[in-house]
Amino acid sequence: MNILKAILDAFANPIFYSLTLSAATPLLFASLGGLFSEKTGVTNIALEGIMLLGAFSGILGTALFGSPWIGIILAMISGAAAAALHAWASINFQANQIVSATAIILLAQGLTGFLLEPVFGKPGSTEIYDKIPKIELKFLGKGSFLYNMIGSLSPFVYLALILVVVSWFIIYKTKLGLRIIAVGENPEAADTLGVSVYGIRWFGVLMSGLLASLGGAYLSVGELGQFTENMTNGKGFIALAAMILGNWTPKGALFACLLFGAADAMNEQLQSNPSLAIPSSAKPLFNLIPFVITLIVVAGFVGKTRSPAADGVPYEKKG
Amino acid sequence: MPFHIPQEEEYKDYAVVMKGIVKQFPKVLANDNVDLYIKRGEIHAIVGENGAGKSTLMNQLYGLYNADAGKILINGKEIAIDNPKDAIAVGIGMVHQHFMLVGPLSVAENIVLGDEPTKKFNLFDLKRARREVKKISEEYGLKVDVDAKIEDISVGTQQRVEILKTLFRGADILILDEPTAVLTPQETEELFVVLRNLQNDGKTIIFITHKLNEVIAVSNNVTVMRGGKVTGQIPTKETSTRELANMMVGREVLLRVEKEKKEAGEKVLEVQDLKVNDNRDLPAVKGVSFDIRKGEILGIAGVAGNGQSELEDALTGLRKKIAGTVTFNGVDISTATPRDIREAGMSHIAADRYKYAMVKEFTVAYNIALGRHYKQPFADGGFLNHRKINAISKELVKKFDVRPPEIQLSAENLSGGNQQKMVVAREFDYNPLCMVVSQPTRGLDIGAIEFIHSTILDLRQEDVAILLISMELEEILSLSDRILVMYEGQIMGEVTPDEVTMEELGLMMAGSTLEEARSEADE
Repeated sequence: MNILKAILDAFANPIFYSLTLSAATPLLFASLGGLFSEKTGVTNIALEGIMLLGAFSGILGTALFGSPWIGIILAMISGAAAAALHAWASINFQANQIVSATAIILLAQGLTGFLLEPVFGKPGSTEIYDKIPKIELKFLGKGSFLYNMIGSLSPFVYLALILVVVSWFIIYKTKLGLRIIAVGENPEAADTLGVSVYGIRWFGVLMSGLLASLGGAYLSVGELGQFTENMTNGKGFIALAAMILGNWTPKGALFACLLFGAADAMNEQLQSNPSLAIPSSAKPLFNLIPFVITLIVVAGFVGKTRSPAADGVPYEKKG
Repeated sequence: MPFHIPQEEEYKDYAVVMKGIVKQFPKVLANDNVDLYIKRGEIHAIVGENGAGKSTLMNQLYGLYNADAGKILINGKEIAIDNPKDAIAVGIGMVHQHFMLVGPLSVAENIVLGDEPTKKFNLFDLKRARREVKKISEEYGLKVDVDAKIEDISVGTQQRVEILKTLFRGADILILDEPTAVLTPQETEELFVVLRNLQNDGKTIIFITHKLNEVIAVSNNVTVMRGGKVTGQIPTKETSTRELANMMVGREVLLRVEKEKKEAGEKVLEVQDLKVNDNRDLPAVKGVSFDIRKGEILGIAGVAGNGQSELEDALTGLRKKIAGTVTFNGVDISTATPRDIREAGMSHIAADRYKYAMVKEFTVAYNIALGRHYKQPFADGGFLNHRKINAISKELVKKFDVRPPEIQLSAENLSGGNQQKMVVAREFDYNPLCMVVSQPTRGLDIGAIEFIHSTILDLRQEDVAILLISMELEEILSLSDRILVMYEGQIMGEVTPDEVTMEELGLMMAGSTLEEARSEADE
């Protein structure tokens, strides 16, 4: 029972927990983004594409201006621009939201792949640039269990966790949040009370662009310091699944993202465990673990969740 | 004293004056030079068939549509109402036919939405919202639980929430679009009490309906519309339901169907101890037994959600039966599929037309073939026989007066009444032994109701056994030979139409037995 022992080993290893947190972080940004969009009634499966654009623009900004912080700003601008495209098509023109979002994914993949060579001089991936420094909690004692667990994390991780609370607060404690829920459940009702359905939906979709691109930027300027082609690798879709599994609530999204993050971390731990001696030809199979867990969890739980009633339904003003 | 058409200097006494309103939709002229005069403090009914332009007119008053021509004066002042915000600002509130409520939010949240009280940092102040809603609910005697979620409260309470929404915004002019369509008789009575109280508080009420006895019961003046035009303005005291009906339809109508006496024949359908669960897998029909004979109409009365739709689905094979037996024409159909049941001679007019009875994207001809499309004469060995389908459809469309009589038109382009006629035509053409008819006239206007009712009685003459499920008590009382009242999945009792009053039936629908209803009705 080598595999069981390897799993127990992973749980006992502090690195597993820090890997879980850092794997959950990009998912969490995108999940919260998707949440804002869908709460107002616009589905946004373009998270994957927006993340990819964010990752690319993050490195682009770093390369151009020499600072990963400017990279982040550029990432957010590009994310908002892509989201604006989706908002414009699906809100103002009542386009099919799946088609519009799919177009954005394809656009992002094509654009980042194409620009890589003319801008950075080589295909596949960029050089390694400066990345956002990690926050070191030295008082935990370098090398201690706790330090290895949470002592050296990217500020993105903290930001993502703070955003969970902020999102919860906006949606459930503010005027804006009440209107977001109303527009996502029954836009006509909101409209008859003078609430701007289009305005609220634009807000939701733009938030999804800002947040998802932050998730993407974390992958490039937060973690690796470089952009590689198609580096999001399905994370946008897993984030979408986490949002659904979390029943369209920030808290639920947090737990779902941690679950998927843990699956990812477990995969890495098992692959690097020498006692299992996994042949490199079998490694791609292990990479499927997060996706298999997504499938099982979504198939097993999705029936018990409830989406906003007007999610994905375009709203046409009368008269 | 006939209806007084005010002169311009009198407009200041009128809450609403609409002059020369024209509204053109892509295919229809919905309002054709309409004038409407509503005196301050009155209850004014606007009646008309579906498509007469009543709701369109009111949607313009509330700013949901913008008129192509004409002007609106509120309390004598001409005002442009471009959106609901403008309407709210001049004191107009509207309770829509389909409630405009957000299911997962609470009563208080729904009422304050769009005009939320806030505290520091512009945060939503739920406490103050609850307090303010409680205050107006007590002030006007409209009892609600401010913390209950909309999706958990009854339709009657939801309507109270809608009225509170308008009062919260300081409305002086209330528009109610077919407010009684979804209410039980008791709830309707309560609504009328509320409306009279509001009138005593000085509010002006505009009441849209096509139920004429309600007009007589509650309004001061009536405006009648037909085909986008006003066809009558009259003080309620000086008119009758008969006269109003004629103005609405433009010809003499039968308000009450004439039913011939008829002996029921042998048993066709026998239901024993039937149990059915709802979508959440909770018991909805809790052991009911009854039978229907040839040439008999058995009415099932009840407030929506007391197991009638589950019963309908179970009998027609759309829903699994948990226990009990259903015997049809001597054969056990407890586990039969919908097709088996139809083959055995049962046809079905479903309550939910769009979900079960028709495919709205299909042509009229295909909708008529539907369900029999796989066999002669509609199909020949796996291929549709279009010649026959068209010929049969043409004949049925003519016989059942489906308008326009174009069999190649998509069914979604027909009005609700004509869609229903199309469905009835198909089900009639099955030559059934038994027909399950559910909410056959919901949302239809007087002309179409008259037609469907007489068709159902024709079926009875032809010895068909009919199960009629309806929330319209008048329909149940005028068509049925026997009536079962359903409450919380059980049958409260069996009555005949001539031994029970509408009020007693209403009380039974709320859970009383006949004896209890009698003694309560006497008090």
